[in-house]
Amino acid sequence: MSDHSSLRTPSQRIAWTATIIVSTLVFVFLIAPILAIMPLSFSSGSYLTYPLPGLSLRWYADFVTSPRWMNSLKNSMIIGVASTALSMVLGTTAALGLAQWKSRFKPLVLAFVLSPVVVPGVITAVGLYFFFAPIGLTGTYLGLILAHTALATPFVVITVGATLQSFDTNLARAAASLGASPLQAFRRVILPLILPGLASGALFAFATSFDEVVIVLFMAGPEQRTLPREMFSGIRENISPTITAAAVILTTVSVILLATLEGLRRRNERLKGGRA
Amino acid sequence: MTDALLTGANAQAEVPLKRRLRRAERARQVKALALVLPLLVFLLFTFAGPIAGMLWRAVDDREVRQVLPQTIAALASWDGRDLPDEEAYAALASDILAARAAGTIAIAAKRLNYALNGFRTILTSTARNLKAVPERGTARETLGKVNPAWRERATWTTIKAASGPVTGFYLLAALDLVRNADGSIVAAPPDQAIYRDIFARTFLISLGVTALCLILGFPVAYLLATLPPARSNLLMIFVLLPFWTSLLVRTCAWIVLLQSKGVVNDSLQWLGIIDAPLRLIYNRFGVCVAMTHVLLPFMILPLYSSMKAISPAYMRAAASLGAPPVTAFLRIYLPQTLPGIGAGSLLVFILALGYYITPALVGGAADQMISYFIALYTTETANWGLASALGAVLLLATVLLALVYGKLVQGQQVTGGMKD
Repeated sequence: MSDHSSLRTPSQRIAWTATIIVSTLVFVFLIAPILAIMPLSFSSGSYLTYPLPGLSLRWYADFVTSPRWMNSLKNSMIIGVASTALSMVLGTTAALGLAQWKSRFKPLVLAFVLSPVVVPGVITAVGLYFFFAPIGLTGTYLGLILAHTALATPFVVITVGATLQSFDTNLARAAASLGASPLQAFRRVILPLILPGLASGALFAFATSFDEVVIVLFMAGPEQRTLPREMFSGIRENISPTITAAAVILTTVSVILLATLEGLRRRNERLKGGRA
Repeated sequence: MTDALLTGANAQAEVPLKRRLRRAERARQVKALALVLPLLVFLLFTFAGPIAGMLWRAVDDREVRQVLPQTIAALASWDGRDLPDEEAYAALASDILAARAAGTIAIAAKRLNYALNGFRTILTSTARNLKAVPERGTARETLGKVNPAWRERATWTTIKAASGPVTGFYLLAALDLVRNADGSIVAAPPDQAIYRDIFARTFLISLGVTALCLILGFPVAYLLATLPPARSNLLMIFVLLPFWTSLLVRTCAWIVLLQSKGVVNDSLQWLGIIDAPLRLIYNRFGVCVAMTHVLLPFMILPLYSSMKAISPAYMRAAASLGAPPVTAFLRIYLPQTLPGIGAGSLLVFILALGYYITPALVGGAADQMISYFIALYTTETANWGLASALGAVLLLATVLLALVYGKLVQGQQVTGGMKD
């Protein structure tokens, strides 16, 4: 609170108190819905209301034994992992290229590469639906993986690009001057340093695919339904507590992703601090 | 190193070295481009191509000309003032018989029905009742007998207007406009003029959500930017956790909270504030609440980074020069946050414009935004031309706003988040 012990006038103190109160309310607004849904998944009753009639794991059992839900979880994993891998390859090479490329067209190319993030999901989905249907890519894993890769790659380009920007190219030169081959220099010097950036990019890519539902809605056949897609129809038809179990599982995945990302960021800051 | 080489080399060696350096640089650039190329090709196939295809569909109009080729050819010289000549009638009769045999009547009927309600019936009934190619010179009479609509000029102008290969029909329809029988652009009949309302609704909801995000996000960003890092990093979790939580989970959570037997209504009733459950969801209120919840982090994060860049020394200087806190805030602090406010608001607004999932799940029929109709026309009614035209309008709005956003963020990077 170092900065605010210096608040001198009463009006400043009132303004600061008001900021704290409003912020607290906003934090509650942001977090409460996510927290409120969790206990319901452990309810022994089948209504989504409090107080809970009792605790049970029946909805998790329902999730695990339902072929529909388990299949959707499997699909989310397959599509998520495959599109992450593909977007890592495409995004990392592109980021390496963009870091060295000097041209007046660079902002234009960068805007194009990043545009899948900005264009509304429905437009991408409709375009892909028209484009992929005649070539037999709708209702296939490949079609969904390609589409999700297009959406996820911008995040890889951004995170890896940011890491490369802070990368000291003299280190690569030093490695070369000490007799390392380009491949050795990459593996032993460059890669360990940009690895946190790569990992963040991969996490972003996976989260993008794992959370995507609009494209899946248009392009997936019954066989390729992902977890968010299954939740979408679940919410539409009739919310059963199994959905809340699915929500808890999804949120757990998000927390793990977020925690890993935060860990990477801290490690990166420590490394930077050590170098300075 | 280069300098040492240059000074060490004599004047004759200098030129080749320069050239060699330039050549090496060019090779580096080619290599760099080669690294970017795979992604560009990939995006061309999975993103730019599909979107270009959608834009093409917004003006593509070849259905009628494929099904009724002779009619379209015969109508080419028709001035559209009176009924077309006997030759056009004969061509139509022969086209309809050919299309009936090929089973393609429905394709043309669907397209013509968009332009003139009831055209489907005209075409299908004619196809059903036309026995054989009319004798020479009797085509007009025969078709007129089969369906009297063929004696009306509007029937024929509709065919001529749909003769393709490209049309402004869908794009005009997306803006509640039609081309009338005389070829001038007029307002669409009220029962078809729904899209301006939908665009206005999309715009209003997005604007409302942006305003809510700004009002709620500003104090939070300010708090996070002024607290010491140890605390603000901890509080940042409250912003980042929802940000990372699945959209479906958050939407589902709001339904659970706001439904008539949900947590909020139960608590309010238990507290005795209300007697009957309030209608909090499947209406505009629910849409705005859920969308604000989803988009708030996109406001807080840019605001936070612009506020973080403001040195506290400015406020101290203002105070030391005698500015009251309110004046200092309004004249010194607020102007410096404007780029952050602009970036955050634009980002939230752009994202809100294209929203589909949340309004589809927590909105009522009167709260559906433009994306819903694009999806509806694509998958349910298969009116792909109109879906694409609505998509083109939405895309245009998004791209224009994104360009402004790009300029804004670029300017911020140059000035380090501050105006000098």
